[in-house]
Formats: sequence, structure tokens, C-alpha cells
Amino acid sequence: MEYKISNRLKMSAIVLIVLGLLGVGYGFMDSHKVNEDNISEYLANEAHHGDHGTADAHVEDAHSDSHAESTSHATEGHEDEAHDGGHEMSHEEHVLHQIHNRPWAALYVAAFFFFMIALGVLAFYAIQYAAQAGWSPVLFRVMEGITAYVLPGAVIVLLIAVASGTIGHYNLFVWMDPDVVEHDKLIQGKSSYLNLTSFIIRGVIFISGYALYRHFSRKFSLAQDKADDNKNFKRNFRISAAFLVFYIYTESMMSWDWIMSVDPHWFSTLFGWYVFASMFVSGITVIAMISIYLKSKGLLEFVNDSHIHDLAKFMFGISIFWTYLWFSQFMLIWYSNIPEEVTYFVTRIEDYKLPFFGMLAMNFIFPLLLLMNSDYKRINWFVIMAGIVILCGHYIDVFNMIMPATVGDRWFIGIPEIGSILLFGGLFLLIVFTALGKAPLLAKGNPFIKESEHFHY
Amino acid sequence: MEASKVIHAIYTDDDVLMSAVKKVKAEKHHIEEIYTPFPVHGLDKAMGLAPTRIAITSFMYGCVGLTVAIVMMNFIMIKDWPQDIGGKPSFSYLENMPAFVPIMFELTVFFAAHLMVITFYLRSRMWPFKKAENPDPRTTDDHFLMEVAVHGNESELTSLLKNTGAVEINIVDKEEDAH
Repeated sequence: MEYKISNRLKMSAIVLIVLGLLGVGYGFMDSHKVNEDNISEYLANEAHHGDHGTADAHVEDAHSDSHAESTSHATEGHEDEAHDGGHEMSHEEHVLHQIHNRPWAALYVAAFFFFMIALGVLAFYAIQYAAQAGWSPVLFRVMEGITAYVLPGAVIVLLIAVASGTIGHYNLFVWMDPDVVEHDKLIQGKSSYLNLTSFIIRGVIFISGYALYRHFSRKFSLAQDKADDNKNFKRNFRISAAFLVFYIYTESMMSWDWIMSVDPHWFSTLFGWYVFASMFVSGITVIAMISIYLKSKGLLEFVNDSHIHDLAKFMFGISIFWTYLWFSQFMLIWYSNIPEEVTYFVTRIEDYKLPFFGMLAMNFIFPLLLLMNSDYKRINWFVIMAGIVILCGHYIDVFNMIMPATVGDRWFIGIPEIGSILLFGGLFLLIVFTALGKAPLLAKGNPFIKESEHFHY
Repeated sequence: MEASKVIHAIYTDDDVLMSAVKKVKAEKHHIEEIYTPFPVHGLDKAMGLAPTRIAITSFMYGCVGLTVAIVMMNFIMIKDWPQDIGGKPSFSYLENMPAFVPIMFELTVFFAAHLMVITFYLRSRMWPFKKAENPDPRTTDDHFLMEVAVHGNESELTSLLKNTGAVEINIVDKEEDAH
């Protein structure tokens, strides 16, 4: 039951990475074509192209919106400053920031998306061990393959975040900008938590926790194959339970740090859960897709229809769970209508109508109707198609979390975004499939492996 | 009743029952009914019963519930006595829709669940004050009963069922067996 990454797959992954790098490079170059010298010209051109009289008013609107209440440069201090320099000047500066933020944000969204898949799988894997699940051990090697991306993925996300505040010009997190903090009472109040040093320390703690668990669980899982007692399995059970406790705290804090703090004025208490649901459903979807892929190569003949059926049930169930959390967050904020909270959704509904509501269709209505029928959950190509839609939907979910704070209404899914997806997608495929080839695909020493092989629904 | 004479074979274990069902089916005998004290997983497939359509009815009842919720909230909150919802007096259903989602959800579940249960009871021919069809009260405790139709092949069936591990075999005349 050995698997070796095929040369074709390896080549395609490398091609994806190269194409992605080109796209990302182009994104950075292109964004810097607009600079302080030609921004006025650029905006004038844009107003011309938008050949209706309201273009100017619209730009003005969006600008004052984001200035007054929301996101990237919405700081009282900044506005004061702006008034000194004249209104028009600050608008140009603002747009310039958004244009320069776009390649950073695109890179960050894609990096986080692929990292989140691996972390979701790691949590799912730990749950299987902690619950001593009998159905899933045949899928353990697939999950272990995917979680190989946790460490590199997390390091990349943290590096981009830190680089944006050191090499870059505070392109993702405005609270990293000392100028902004100086004039912002709200961020000052949070600065004992939101500062670069503790951000990095927390990031390193999160990453080392995830990576250590992944390292030891993989080690014990491989050792269990050769052992004649269950010692390694019991060890895995214990560290999985401990990891889940660590995970549920750190995942929440990680989502505040790495996502929610792009809007440093805004907060939501169930944000961590919401991000968790997103990563969990994306992770399970990828487990199902890779299992089906390996099955189609004739490699996982011990994975039967019932295992795919169960994964598809999880895809269906967690999609609804995600919607439940999304709506819980949305409805309370919509209902109470408190300005500092509701601005989060106002920007999204005004400037991000299509991705915002499109995401709901892709993440809720689509899986709800498609995967409701029991028989469809066993049809492999059906699960793959539903999985592709779910993954696209959750990419857009992350997109909606990061973009409004960084690029405002200047969003588009163009070369920088697609390039970033190709780059990290290629890296993900390369790492995951290389890791899959490093061990037999059946965790034959697991005490539940017989039960799992005979699992039928 | 198609068969006037039936055999009641009684088992004490669900695994024995399952293998017995497979053997009887393999011999191409018609199993009329099986009475068990608890749901036996996979029994319906072994008996060759058509898959249940209760899920389809449940989906339709859910749609009815959703529609009822939408129409009801539109009438109550928007049309009949327009109300100010959380400081949003827009008097439009669509703009106040998020406030109604919990009700839409609850009524969908309520309709789907209750009507599905009622459908299930009716389809199983169970209604209040109905005499129990159960031929042997022990099947509500710890015994399993398989009812096989007899078409003049009594002795053959009896020996087959004995071999499958039945602890007791009774031949019952259904017409006379009126309770």
C-alpha cells in the first residue's frame, strides 16, 4: 500500500508554484506603478472611465465611510491629520494605501486558507484519537499527510503578517503602525495585547504547539504499526486529548490575532468559533477529496463507500454549523445596530455584495441541497464537485474577513489573488503528497483498524 | 391476508436472526414480517424491503413549514399590524428578514419532525386504540419473531427454520388467530 508522489503531480505542483510566484510578483510590481507622484492622475483617469457623474460622489462616499467608521485607516487621529493636509490629499493617500495593500492581502488570504485546511484536519485527527473512533483509522494516513502542511503553512502566515509590519508599510495590520496608534485611543487601549512583540511570541507559541502535536502523533502512529502492544496508541490518545484543550484556546486567540485584528476597532466574541467552523469544514472536505483521488488510483481499496458517506455527512453537517455561527454573529450585530459593531457588516454589504452573499450560497444553500440526499453522499464525483464549491466558498469567506479592512472597495479576484492561490495551492499539493508517500497508506497497527475496515453503514 | 397459514419462528439473538433471514431469503421463501424488540441494523436490507421514502416526505413537510413561517410572519409583523423591528421600521419583509430566520428555522424543523412522525405511524398502521398486531408479547422484551408464509411446504420450512437456530416454531392459522 505504498504511494509515491508521481512525477506528473510533482511537476504540476512546481508549475503551479512558479506560475503563482509570477502572479504574486506581478501583483507587487503592478501595485507600485501607482505612487505618490501619479496617484492624482490615476484617480482622475478612473473617474473618467466610470463615465457617470456620480463616480466622484461614490468615491467620496466610500472614502468617508471607511474613514469615519471602519477599517484600515479609520482612526480619529488620522482624520485630524488629514484635515491639516486638506481633504483631497488624504483621500489620495488612502487610495494609495489600498492599492499597495492588495498584493499583501491577496498573499495573506491564500496563505491562511491553505494553512487553515491543514489545521482543520489536525483538529479532526485529534478528535478521532480522543474519541477512539472506530470508523476512521483507515483515513489516518491521509490526514497525517495533509497535516504535514501545518508547520510550513503556519510559519508562512506568521512571516507574511510580520513582514507586512516590518518590510512592508503596515499593509495588513494598522495597529502595527506607530503613527496610527499614536492618534488612536482605542488601539492604545489594546496595545498591551496588540503589539508586534507579543504578536510574534503568541504566534510562535501557537505554531510550536500545533507542530509538536503533529510531530509526536505522527511518530506514535508510525511506531504503532510495528509495535505488538497498544502503548503508542494510548500515548496518542493522551496527547490528542491534551492537544484539543490547547487547540480550542489557541485557535480562538489565533483567529483574533491573525484575522480579527485587521479591524482593530471591531470585535466579535464568537469569531474564534466561526473561523473554526470554516477550517473544520474545509479540512474535512480536503480529506474526502484526497481519499477519493487516492481511491481512484486504486490505492485505498480499504476505504469503502461508507467512509466517503461519513465524510460527506460531516461536510454537510459542518457546513450547516458554519452557517449557524455565521448567522449568530450576523444577526446579533444587525439587530442591535451599534455603530462600532455594525460597520463591519455595512462595509461588507455595501462594497462586497457579491462575495458576501455568494459565500452564503456556496457554503450553505449549495451543500444543503446537494448533500442532503443520502445516496448522493456515496457518489464520488458528486462529493468532489460539492467539495470544490465548498472550498471556493471558504476561500471567499477568508477573503471577506481580510479584504474589506485592507483594500476597502478596491477588491477584485485578479492576478494577485489567483497567483497567491496557485502559489500556496502548489506548495500544499507538493508537501501533502510528498508526506503521503513517506509511510504505508494503512495504519495497520491501530487497534481499531479491523473495525474501520469493516465499517459499513 | 394472502396466507392463511404462517410459521412463527422465534429467535433469541439478533445476529442469529440476521443469518436466518439471509438463509430463508436464499431459499426463496417469502418473509411476511419480523417483530423485534429493538431496531436491528441492516435487517431491512437483508429482508429485501424497498428503501424508505420517509426522508422525502420530511423534506416536503420542511418546505411547508418554511412557507408557513414566511407567510405567517409577513402577515403578523408586516401586513396586519406593521411593527418596528429592533428600531428598523422599514415595514418590508425582506429588510427585516434576519429577525425572522429563527422562526423560519424552528417552524421548518417543527413541521418536518412532527408530520414525519405522524406519517410514520400512519404508514405503519398504528393509531390510537388500535389492537396490537404483535403476535407474541415476548417480542417486546427479548425475543425476535419471523413470520413466514406457508404454501403447503410446512415440514420443509420447519426443518429449514430449525437449522437456522430458531428456539421455537409455531404454526399459526391466521384467520382463526383473531385476538
